[in-house]
Amino acid sequence: MWLIDSSIGRKLIMSITGAMLVLFLLFHSIMNFVAIINPYAYDAICAFLGANWYALVATSGLAAGFVIHILYAFFLSLQNMRARGNDRYAVTSKQKGVSWASQNMLILGAVILGFLALHLFQFWSKMQLVELMHKAGAHSDEEAVRLAAKGAHWVQYYFSQPVYSILYIVWLVALWYHLTHGVWSSLQSLGLNNKKWLPRVKSISNVIATIIILLFIAIPVCGLLEAGPLFSPNSTYHPFPNL
Amino acid sequence: MEKNINITLKIWRQAGPKVKGKFETYKLDNISTDSSFLEMLDVLNEKLVRERKEPIAFDHDCREGICGMCGLYINGHPHGLDGETTTCQLHMRRFKDGDTITVEPWRSTGFPVIKDLVVNRGAFDKIIQAGGYVSVNTGGIPDGNAIPVPKHQAEEAMDAASCIGCGACVAACKNGSAMLFVAAKVSQFALLPQGQVERAARAKAMVSKMDELGFGNCTNTGACEAECPKAISISHIARLNREYLSAKFKD
Amino acid sequence: MTKKQATSQTEAPIIDAKIPEGSLAEKWTNYKAHQKLVNPANKRRLDIIVVGTGLAGASAAASLAELGFNVLNFCIQDSPRRAHSIAAQGGINAAKNYQNDGDSVYRLFYDTLKGGDYRAREANVYRLAEVSNSIIDQCVAQGVPFAREYGGLLDNRSFGGAQVSRTFYARGQTGQQLLLGAYSALSRQVGKGSVKLYTRYEMLDVVVIDGRARGIIARNLVTGKVERFSAHAVVVGSGGYGNAFFLSTNAMSCNGSAAIQMYKKGAFFANPAFAQIHPTCIPVHGEFQSKLTLMSESLRNDGRIWVPKKKEDAEAIRQGKLKPTDLKEEDRDYFLERRYPAFGNLVPRDVASRAAKERCDAGYGVGNTGLAVYLDFEDSIKRLGEDVVRARYGNLFQMYEKIVDDNPYKTPMMIYPAIHYTMGGIWVDYELMTTVKGLFCIGEANFSDHGANRLGASALMQGLADGYFILPYTIQNYLADQIRVPRFSTDLPEFEEAEKQISEKIKRIMSIQGKRSVDSIHRELGLVMWDFVGMGRNKEGLEHALERIKEIRKEFWSNVYVPGKSEDMNNELEKALRVADFIEIGELMARDALLREESCGGHFREEYQTEEGEALRNDDDFAFASCWKFNGEGEEPTLFKEMLEYEFVKRQQRNYKA
Repeated sequence: MWLIDSSIGRKLIMSITGAMLVLFLLFHSIMNFVAIINPYAYDAICAFLGANWYALVATSGLAAGFVIHILYAFFLSLQNMRARGNDRYAVTSKQKGVSWASQNMLILGAVILGFLALHLFQFWSKMQLVELMHKAGAHSDEEAVRLAAKGAHWVQYYFSQPVYSILYIVWLVALWYHLTHGVWSSLQSLGLNNKKWLPRVKSISNVIATIIILLFIAIPVCGLLEAGPLFSPNSTYHPFPNL
Repeated sequence: MEKNINITLKIWRQAGPKVKGKFETYKLDNISTDSSFLEMLDVLNEKLVRERKEPIAFDHDCREGICGMCGLYINGHPHGLDGETTTCQLHMRRFKDGDTITVEPWRSTGFPVIKDLVVNRGAFDKIIQAGGYVSVNTGGIPDGNAIPVPKHQAEEAMDAASCIGCGACVAACKNGSAMLFVAAKVSQFALLPQGQVERAARAKAMVSKMDELGFGNCTNTGACEAECPKAISISHIARLNREYLSAKFKD
Repeated sequence: MTKKQATSQTEAPIIDAKIPEGSLAEKWTNYKAHQKLVNPANKRRLDIIVVGTGLAGASAAASLAELGFNVLNFCIQDSPRRAHSIAAQGGINAAKNYQNDGDSVYRLFYDTLKGGDYRAREANVYRLAEVSNSIIDQCVAQGVPFAREYGGLLDNRSFGGAQVSRTFYARGQTGQQLLLGAYSALSRQVGKGSVKLYTRYEMLDVVVIDGRARGIIARNLVTGKVERFSAHAVVVGSGGYGNAFFLSTNAMSCNGSAAIQMYKKGAFFANPAFAQIHPTCIPVHGEFQSKLTLMSESLRNDGRIWVPKKKEDAEAIRQGKLKPTDLKEEDRDYFLERRYPAFGNLVPRDVASRAAKERCDAGYGVGNTGLAVYLDFEDSIKRLGEDVVRARYGNLFQMYEKIVDDNPYKTPMMIYPAIHYTMGGIWVDYELMTTVKGLFCIGEANFSDHGANRLGASALMQGLADGYFILPYTIQNYLADQIRVPRFSTDLPEFEEAEKQISEKIKRIMSIQGKRSVDSIHRELGLVMWDFVGMGRNKEGLEHALERIKEIRKEFWSNVYVPGKSEDMNNELEKALRVADFIEIGELMARDALLREESCGGHFREEYQTEEGEALRNDDDFAFASCWKFNGEGEEPTLFKEMLEYEFVKRQQRNYKA
């Protein structure tokens, strides 16, 4: 199978799964941004994306994309390490025009993966997972089920704690680096590039990466600054306003 | 202007492919800054011969930057710090009095060390043998002007064709990937009308040979382009990807 | 008539080049129509060894394999693509007449013959011009990215010694692109298994069985082992011997050893004295220097060559008190334009080189050594703009700046002649076969087509003509009656004996354990060659050179030091073996230059010049190729002559003035 046997096939898989994840991030970041502007609207989105069939299909697709992207990353890195040979260079220097991110995608990826675990524990396990378990008939706490669709509540809960905001900012910086290389690299691997477009594609990628991260980072920053409808000391948000 | 400098060299010595290598340190005085890097090594070898020691083996031939034979990893860069320069065109005026210069061979699984700084780049020949040609026999060819080639296309093909096959791209790549070398050849023929007939087959055959020979996967770091003495652009790699993928999807 | 006079003066035996009958234009066609061929089934049974992978070697190996022969191809570098053909910059000539400027096969033939100062073989040169057009077609089909015009058709530039634009080029890297074309054709055959490629192998002897070349002895440069290879015929395209001068524009590994081995096995060495000095090289600048760098002749299209008109200015420049840009127009002597108004800066290489030497010897030279002249682009930059000049010569200017650390857009380049190419080489007949049956010699290694001087952009043409279009035909005429000869075992006593002798030679060199490095002896030889067998030669100097070379030979064989082991990669041993042969070549060159009491092309005997300092040819006594036969170590070689009878062209004094 050429998608496994050939280097360009393997790169195709990396770039397609990567591109999927970028699209997901873009969607996710726009959605998150809503939380800052209008927490109730955000909750409505969360309710819409609960454990419905379409959300589940998307989630499993996403999960598969993640897993393949990560597995291929290790697979490729292992091969690459082997291709480098047994003796390492004694002196290495930075090359002009070679970004730091491009040389450290695996490390950046590992950092991102670590935080992803935290992130899934903090949000996904309390939201979609709870709903899913509930639907499957598993015994679950009633309070937890009621809060499962209240994304803004969880956002408010975690990002009011500065330690999490700071951790998330670190994570997002790592993600930004990963994306600055990842986005254009994915296009390059797909062959969608030429000499004229090379600098343009790189700039476009940087813009996309930066937009995604800025949208994301707005939440922990607001959390730290105690700003906006969710985090200001006189926030009126309540997960169940009608009660 | 010409002056003389004193330098210290840390050079990789390895008696044979299977033997363990190590760095040796040599001091060299009064090196003219007008001499080339290889001429400096000549002076060192002459000194070693006078001391009845075995000189350092290194590859070199034309000393005009075109044959692609020379290749040394100097202070962390293939062909040294200067851009668009082969080792033979690197001059000692780029170094300062008292500098320590570390010289290593290309290090990659695809290029095993033969002796000291000499490596075996036969893998590149094998990749070309797999498909880096247009299958025409000698004779019976239509007139050279029978098929016009747009100037910009011929120029871009020439950019790719200026590859000297030195292997600096592989040496510079943290993944030991030979993509720039393969891309340059595939791209040259993909751009010219003469290369169209075997376009798909060529891309597939060359990439599969490259993979088979143990070169790594390209992760688009661009180190190859940065260190290429002929400044071959990684946009050719994009073209190779395109050629390869479209060939595979057509299958 | 010429023939009678020459033979009556010296009683050298005559050799016959086996030129086919018919008028000039019909000879090659006639030959091909009547030659013997080998049928496809029999080709598979025949092995051919091709030594060298340059333009000639690679194109021959590929073409022979395409025909169906089994080819064994050898090169000393790590890849066939490294052969020194790769360094040719300017271009390749062909009589396409795409520019509609009056070119034709006849004109290319005539220019080449005249450029060679009427010392080349008429029939060969005509054949060369005839096949030149097919070479361009072939290379285009291989995907060679030649320069093109906006309409998509092939572009041409002009070169020295011609009044038409017939030079095809690929930027300043034509040799590279043509070689890569031949290399790709060769690689295709290697991939198919019809060529077996041996890289990092150096041929050390030809094996002759019953008067026919049947194999070679070669040393594996990685393991140091001496190995035997057999075949039905041996083709050698090993390049020129310019490195006898130590400093030359040749690559470091270029050598004349294969030529000397053929010579010692009975092949005649023809016109060894004919070496080309290229006018536009970067001047020598230090003792540590390992080679000289050529700047393409194409630069003379737009660059003007000059020295100061006044000696005191030249002196001030040499001492660094005056800059060339300070000199007013009227204080500059554009000596080529002055002496040769019709061709100006585009006179042939030998003429331009000598004119530069004459100015420097007279005390007008520049640079800190006084051995340099200016090549100035100021006018062209004014006329065309810096961008156009950059587009045409950018890579050359960049190379100059890297080496000299001077910006040629701002100050004129400094250039000086250097040894570049050897027209002389192994004598071959019309079929490119040497005087040993079954031993063929192609490309720069043979003596055939350039006479006493080669025109620019003609070396690529000759290499590819030999390899693609001539040898694959002529070798069949020889092989046709070899089809019943079975493959040879390398255990035959001839192979054993040849290998033994090589092993003993290596052992002898390794055991000298003297005090001199190989390079120091080579450098000493080079200085003698440059001073006495270089651009200006005379009887006294040549006799002195012969004495000195004898001393150098003695020094080599008693005092050289080669470290390391012979059964290992050993660069010093490789160099030592080559230098031993360069000493032989140096001697042959001096001997041949002494014999030739005339000036022609690259061979300038100071005793024979016109009042204006131009070369004075002597067609009555020297209209022959001097062919030297080896008579054993320490013995004087015998002179044979191939009379160069011109049936179709009248010899004239070369005139580039009007």
